[in-house]
Amino acid sequence: MVSDHIVKSFDDELNQLVSKIAEMGGLAERQLADSITALSRRDEELANSVIEQDARLDILEEDIDAHVIRMLALRQPQALDLRAVIVALKISAELERAGDYAKNVAKRALTLMQTPTVGPAANTIVRMGTIVGGMISNVIDAYLHADTIKAKEVRARDHDVDQIHTSLFRELLTYMMEDPRNITACTHLLFIAKNIERIGDHVTNIAENVHFLVSGENIAEDRPKSDFSSSTIVAVEDKAK
Amino acid sequence: MAQALRISETLENAPVKAKASKVQVFYGAKQALTDIDLEIPQNHVTALIGPSGCGKSTFLRCINRMNDIIDGCRVEGDITIDGVNIYGPGQDVVQLRARVGMVFQKPNPFPKSIYENVAYGPRIHGMAANKKQLDDIVIDSLTRAGLIDEVKDRLDAPGTSLSGGQQQRLCIARAIAVKPEMILMDEPCSALDPIATARIEELIDELRNNFTIVIVTHSMQQAARVSQRTAFFHMGVLVETGATEQIFTNPKDTRTQAYITGRIG
Ligand SMILES: Nc1ncnc2c1ncn2[C@@H]1O[C@H](COP(=O)(O)OP(=O)(O)OP(=O)(O)O)[C@@H](O)[C@H]1O
Ligand SMILES: [Mg+2]
Repeated sequence: MVSDHIVKSFDDELNQLVSKIAEMGGLAERQLADSITALSRRDEELANSVIEQDARLDILEEDIDAHVIRMLALRQPQALDLRAVIVALKISAELERAGDYAKNVAKRALTLMQTPTVGPAANTIVRMGTIVGGMISNVIDAYLHADTIKAKEVRARDHDVDQIHTSLFRELLTYMMEDPRNITACTHLLFIAKNIERIGDHVTNIAENVHFLVSGENIAEDRPKSDFSSSTIVAVEDKAK
Repeated sequence: MAQALRISETLENAPVKAKASKVQVFYGAKQALTDIDLEIPQNHVTALIGPSGCGKSTFLRCINRMNDIIDGCRVEGDITIDGVNIYGPGQDVVQLRARVGMVFQKPNPFPKSIYENVAYGPRIHGMAANKKQLDDIVIDSLTRAGLIDEVKDRLDAPGTSLSGGQQQRLCIARAIAVKPEMILMDEPCSALDPIATARIEELIDELRNNFTIVIVTHSMQQAARVSQRTAFFHMGVLVETGATEQIFTNPKDTRTQAYITGRIG
């Protein structure tokens, strides 16, 4: 669809940028999956490896920053090229943040290994993690193929993540009321759920960037808001019955 | 962003200074421009961009009828300035060229003194009643062209003794001395270094308060920096016109996109 640049090295530089984003996306997806596996299997070694591997995302982000600055200075990209370069910069920042959250999940997984398990909450977290991991993979696909429809689907999927997060929030509050000894574990689980939910938000931002990259316009409709955890109250009577 | 919005708002509300309708230009049997429709907003800078040979200079020359002096060149269609067709019967071409000044790619000062270069136009148009008034016009024009500090002690020196960038500013001073309404510039910075270019661009930005400016440039960055409206020509056709910001961030036509991003069209 879009033809090549007259100056071939310009295309090379843009392609390198795209590969670096793809690499970051793959890494962020794996970091999230590993942190969730570490949590569900109580795998200390895997949790530690996630914490260590986060530095790789930071390095890739810095590398992309430098690449973008060089391209802005030397190529002075215009129109879709300008969008490609700016969007790469923004997506790499989103992925780096997503990686930070995965690292945080791994840290809390380590802490949780020292507490007894509570209810089936971990299963819900695994489900959330699988959805968000799929969103990362799909949004990178959408980016690589300039696929705005896929980007919109990713954005819609975040709705499910928010809903699971809200219901998990209620569930964990209930466990805490049932038995105060659950409070430590549940609090860490709450933060883990929040971390995964935040990764979903970053992926949604990436989906919006993909739309902008392809169309040159910001996505129009408002995203449905379905995370009601910040206004959720569980009354003592609720759990009494 | 607020700045960008303000520019596009003033652009939309700007009165139309000049308007081309169905302009066709032929050099002998060869057609150089086809069906050009373009509105030029008052007190704004309109940039004409496009590949070499697409007809930018040809179009620019239509606006002050400079094509009249090219043998075998024929212009059809209408160009109005303030609603009056400049190709209509009874139009005074000399008068028109005083209203619509021109600055060329290569600075072309007359082989006369700096003072005479600027004084020539006002004198032949009878704009000064005496020497004092003429002096005032010369000083004012050189001031507005940002050249006065560099030449005030050598007004009698030949114009050609100036540097390229200074000569170009002298030509701009000469163009504005006759108080034109529009200034046409054909690649005015192509022979200048980045500093001299920046000074001319700053000057263009200032001049648009008093004049309507149309500039032909091969530098995409220059078009983006100095103009509020951009028109993209391609093989004798006007492909796309829009707010400069839109043309450089989100052009609608694939030919525009290919050109400004340096792609194989
Ligand atoms: N005096 C002339 N006699 C015959 N053909 C001409 C004349 N001037 C221009 N042309 C032709 O008209 C077409 C448009 O030329 P024009 O000079 O307007 O292009 P341009 O866009 O200004 O190009 P450049 O960017 O190279 O200055 C070209 O094909 C050119 O060869
Ligand atoms: Mg030309």
